[in-house]
Amino acid sequence: MKTRYSHGGDEHIFVEMDEEMSLDAFFKSLSMTNALREAKIDGVTEICPANASCQVKFDPDVIAPDAMLEELKKLEDVAEAAEKRMTTRIVEVPVFYQDPWTHETLMRFRERHQDPSGTDLDYAAKINGFDNAEGFIAAHHANPWFVSMVGFVSGLPFLYQLVERERQLQVPKYLRPRTDTPKQTVGYGGCFSCIYSVRGAGGYQMFGITPMTIFDPKQEVSYLRDFMVFFRPGDIVKFSPIDRDEYDRILKEVEAGTYTPKIAEVDFDLEAFNADIAGTNAKLMEALDGA
Amino acid sequence: MALEIRKPGLLTTIQDLGRPGYFHLGIPIGGAMDRLSLRAANRLVGNPEDAACLEAVFMGPELVVTEDTLLAVTGGEMPVKLDGAEVPTWTSFAAKKGQVLSFGYLTDGARIYIAVAGGIATEPMLGSRATYAIGALGGVDGRAVAAGDVLPVGDGAGTPGRTVPEALRRRPGRPAELRVLPGLYWHRITEASQKAFFDDEWSVAPEADRMGYRFRGGRPLEFVEREQPFGAGSDPSNIVDGCYPYGSIQVPGGTEPIVLHRDAVSGGGYFMIGAVISADMDLIGQLQPNVPVRFQRVDMDAALKARAERTAVLDEIRAATA
Repeated sequence: MKTRYSHGGDEHIFVEMDEEMSLDAFFKSLSMTNALREAKIDGVTEICPANASCQVKFDPDVIAPDAMLEELKKLEDVAEAAEKRMTTRIVEVPVFYQDPWTHETLMRFRERHQDPSGTDLDYAAKINGFDNAEGFIAAHHANPWFVSMVGFVSGLPFLYQLVERERQLQVPKYLRPRTDTPKQTVGYGGCFSCIYSVRGAGGYQMFGITPMTIFDPKQEVSYLRDFMVFFRPGDIVKFSPIDRDEYDRILKEVEAGTYTPKIAEVDFDLEAFNADIAGTNAKLMEALDGA
Repeated sequence: MALEIRKPGLLTTIQDLGRPGYFHLGIPIGGAMDRLSLRAANRLVGNPEDAACLEAVFMGPELVVTEDTLLAVTGGEMPVKLDGAEVPTWTSFAAKKGQVLSFGYLTDGARIYIAVAGGIATEPMLGSRATYAIGALGGVDGRAVAAGDVLPVGDGAGTPGRTVPEALRRRPGRPAELRVLPGLYWHRITEASQKAFFDDEWSVAPEADRMGYRFRGGRPLEFVEREQPFGAGSDPSNIVDGCYPYGSIQVPGGTEPIVLHRDAVSGGGYFMIGAVISADMDLIGQLQPNVPVRFQRVDMDAALKARAERTAVLDEIRAATA
């Protein structure tokens, strides 16, 4: 892992922990942003952790860009030495795969896709060595995911699959981004899944949709009354496949304010995870099943 | 006191200086595209510089004032009419209860700022009244203004006839010059492409909005060959999804640069070749589609000097409107 610093204009510094994605790079980025937040440096206005990088925005009239850069470099050792473990939560997210709404949308933007003759799922299944979409879907929800970044728009989580690298699913982004994506679409690009928090443009492949609202600016949804954004970096997600009836039922519950996501508090230790992935995931699932 | 919207124009939104502090959740700072013009408009009517105004792009709205008040219009150049009679831009003027504010055709720039004494007093969300339509934050129920909206206005008082001298009204040149500090993933393109990017003349594409401005007309960028890092995606313009700075220039597929603006997406999977310096961000908000643009390479010293010059202009505006 080689850390690279770059100015982003005169108001930002971008820090790349590593060119490639790994949970080690994620933890280093998160530790660096935590250390930066604790350092309470005058002039810092935004601290943004990402999958394998992070960014700080500052007022160069208060702290000069080069001075900001030096402050960040000082924090790198702290970040490097930080424990790669956290107390977090595992959340069950119901997904209606192969739903009619993302299907209608992906057919509308077929000419922007690598394989205009099929669907996003058929294509993802084929290039990842599955016989059919069902096999790919099973792999998509078999193991938990780790929220390694929140962003793009309004609380959208990027999720990284908690499996060995050789088992990671990978799909390219659309050739040209779509101008439309249904709200709460479960998408995929590179090695990341995401959940589109709002309707809008998007470049990730579309696999399904969740009835669970994850962004509510009015804060009317029962579990979003404290804050409008549901996800934060470090959350763990288990996708759970549902059919149309269950989708409709949960959607009604969310709207009526009676839906409570299934959540359990868990500890995540990267070293323990790397030593025994299947065992760690089994423990995570045990915690969720007990919730 | 209120403003009654009769015609909304093309896209008229309530904007202030935005909501910093939530970019790590994908909620951008937002606020006026051309901040200097918004600050000036507020000063002209005696408001704090960060009060909420109307930002109208390409076409002005038509509205009625419900009480005697003071107004000012800054930003791009568009004839301002009070009950049909033209009044000067960049100058505060009194409007009587029931008078109608309307606009002629845009002659320069892209966005105008309409300030009213007391400021627009809609409900702030996350510390700002700025409209962020994608996230349904601020504005009128999270959206742009529409015909029939009645916008509440706070208490305020000011002096008519205050004006910003012509020399302090900043406009893009032709071609517009946008100064860029190379960086971020600049090393991903070849030396020839690094040179071409600054040599070529670009023009603003029709896809230009509060989220970002797209440019076309320059040569496609060529990439330094590499094996794509794990998780980035297969296109050479892909990176492992990371944060995007405001003003950063991403070039999906190496073809059409996009400069992210006030309603930026906070991150994504396209490489960036650097960022437009903070001093030139306001100028982008005054660019219309199809206008020619050149990117000019600067270093950090030049970027900071330009920023200081912009602050000096703001101080002159403050002195002129005190």
